[in-house]
Amino acid sequence: MRLHEYQAKGVFSDAGIPTPDSRLATSVDEVVDAGDDLGYPVAVKAQVHVGGRGKAGGIEIATNGEELREAAESILGMDLKGYHVDRVLVEAAVDFVDELYLGVTMDRSEGEPVAMVSSEGGVDIETVAEETPDAIAREHVDPAFGMHPYQARKAVYDAGIDGDVASDVSSVLSTLYDLWADSDASEAEINPLMVTDGGEVVAADAVMNVDDDALFRQPDLAEMEEESYSDDLERKAGEYGFDYVRLSGNVGIIGNGAGLVMATLDLVDHYGGAPANFLDIGGGAKAERVANALDMVFADDNVDSVVFNIFGGITRGDEVARGINEALSQFDEIPKPVVVRLAGTNASEGMEILDTELVQVERTLEEAVQRAVANAEEVNS
Amino acid sequence: MSVLVDDDTRVVVQGITGGEGKFHAEQMIEYGTNVVAGAVPGKGGQEVAGVPVYDTVHEAVRREDADASVVFVPPAFAGDALFEALDTSLDLVVAITEGIPTQDMARVNRRLSETDTHLVGPNCPGVITPGAAKLGILPGNIFSAGNVGLVSRSGTLTYQVVDNLSNRGIGQTTAIGIGGDPIIGTSFVDALELFEADEETEAVAMCGEIGGEDEEQAAKYIAREMDTPVAAFIAGRTAPPGKRMGHAGAIVSGSGTGTAESKINALNDAGVPVGATLEEVADHIEGFL
Repeated sequence: MRLHEYQAKGVFSDAGIPTPDSRLATSVDEVVDAGDDLGYPVAVKAQVHVGGRGKAGGIEIATNGEELREAAESILGMDLKGYHVDRVLVEAAVDFVDELYLGVTMDRSEGEPVAMVSSEGGVDIETVAEETPDAIAREHVDPAFGMHPYQARKAVYDAGIDGDVASDVSSVLSTLYDLWADSDASEAEINPLMVTDGGEVVAADAVMNVDDDALFRQPDLAEMEEESYSDDLERKAGEYGFDYVRLSGNVGIIGNGAGLVMATLDLVDHYGGAPANFLDIGGGAKAERVANALDMVFADDNVDSVVFNIFGGITRGDEVARGINEALSQFDEIPKPVVVRLAGTNASEGMEILDTELVQVERTLEEAVQRAVANAEEVNS
Repeated sequence: MSVLVDDDTRVVVQGITGGEGKFHAEQMIEYGTNVVAGAVPGKGGQEVAGVPVYDTVHEAVRREDADASVVFVPPAFAGDALFEALDTSLDLVVAITEGIPTQDMARVNRRLSETDTHLVGPNCPGVITPGAAKLGILPGNIFSAGNVGLVSRSGTLTYQVVDNLSNRGIGQTTAIGIGGDPIIGTSFVDALELFEADEETEAVAMCGEIGGEDEEQAAKYIAREMDTPVAAFIAGRTAPPGKRMGHAGAIVSGSGTGTAESKINALNDAGVPVGATLEEVADHIEGFL
């Protein structure tokens, strides 16, 4: 789960990390009031879950009320990479002499947390990581002990940050690590951490992602969840609790297990088709879930044909077959041809139940995919 | 021969009183697995699926001489269940549970590094030596005994590959589903090491997917250490960058690492043929034998 910037800043600030004064606003008038309140210059920042907001026109600086009104009018209501902007953060702009980067994440190849510091903040850190990896100091942390203070200092000095500011930056990094660990975050980032003329440090941006699997023990954070979707289908998938990704093709794909669904996508592509989506119904799906999956894929106007690929382990073929029958029995006429391939646990029971008047059945994965691709071609011929 | 499990493996099922635990304990027993006990706090003294249940794993191990466990404990308690299993010095722990918080797994992983235990998973289908024993949720009927080792990050992909092999009359020594989570116990390299050391394993099929760098590391290991031929499949060639495809691991960062292309290239460079389809993987394996 990703927090909005204003939420992450609240969490960081509560933990003791300095952040600029700010207000959340949902209308142009509220934005202008906030600006008058905070004093100029101020930054207006769209609160949407997309990267590169600045470049996309989602962040502007205003030096007076008139500029602020214009900025508010241009940002509020805009469409930012498919997401509607209905809230902005109005924030006192910070006068800075230096911009740093601090981040904590899980290094999956080491299976250990890693804290990162760079003196090249304020820019796209992925680019820095790729082009000049040495510009980022990395310190792995033993999760049983947490980050020792010396590790925070070491990372900061390794990043070439010294002088009076080093101890403040170390302290922010320690706090950032602790809050990362305490909140079951997958990622906590400050980019940039601004250093002011007076030698103060201020988190001018805040990024925080929380491990969805740990939300059960992070009730305060779970409450902040504000899902935003770029379209109705993604919203629907969120409501049904599916792993779903919309793609640009016309062959709808439903399967169980991420690996098998991805392999099905690849096979559609291999046989000259184009996948319309990735949809994993997950393990042990009951009939209702299967019906919801079909509902989702039918709701996508781009879909011309559907392939259902189930290899039962924990999922049982008879349950899947019941779900397919149930979903399709609601239609007088099936909106798009459906090819089903069932294997594994209770597959033969499933095949007996499956209403073959409604669906086409194929024995192998290859045959099923080829048939679905052919069905899609037929619609377009 | 086989790796990790055989006829003698004595299994304790953690979480045997839950719905999945009970169902799959029965399935494992039916398959012939030597399930000797269950372990569930507060349920000691009961009997489930014909085996005695103990309150602690320690007691199950002491009384029934178990040397492996399979974990069906819900995610909130699974981290603790894994610590408990590791504390009893079992040879093998298989964690089926999906959705264990990543930071819990980081701490488990840290503890694991101080033990001699093999942890497989979490969020995995388990381990099976056809005809001898299965620990997990894999559908036993599709497997057949033979001389091909199998290691996979994806459960259902494991089944598909096995099905393709079994249909051609090619059996398996052991199949290991290592799971798709960001932090797992047994890695591709660990599994490949086991297969390389196993005299009966004449070829290995490996199923990877986009995300992470495990396949790239496996490629280096294969080039450096392995005589046993390996054929691979990488799922997610058509996945768009920046999108998460189900598994926590199955995300393409878009920066060149973790993509299907980088994995396929690394494997090809190590002399490993990568099938464009799963049937092609079976073709390669058939060619090795």
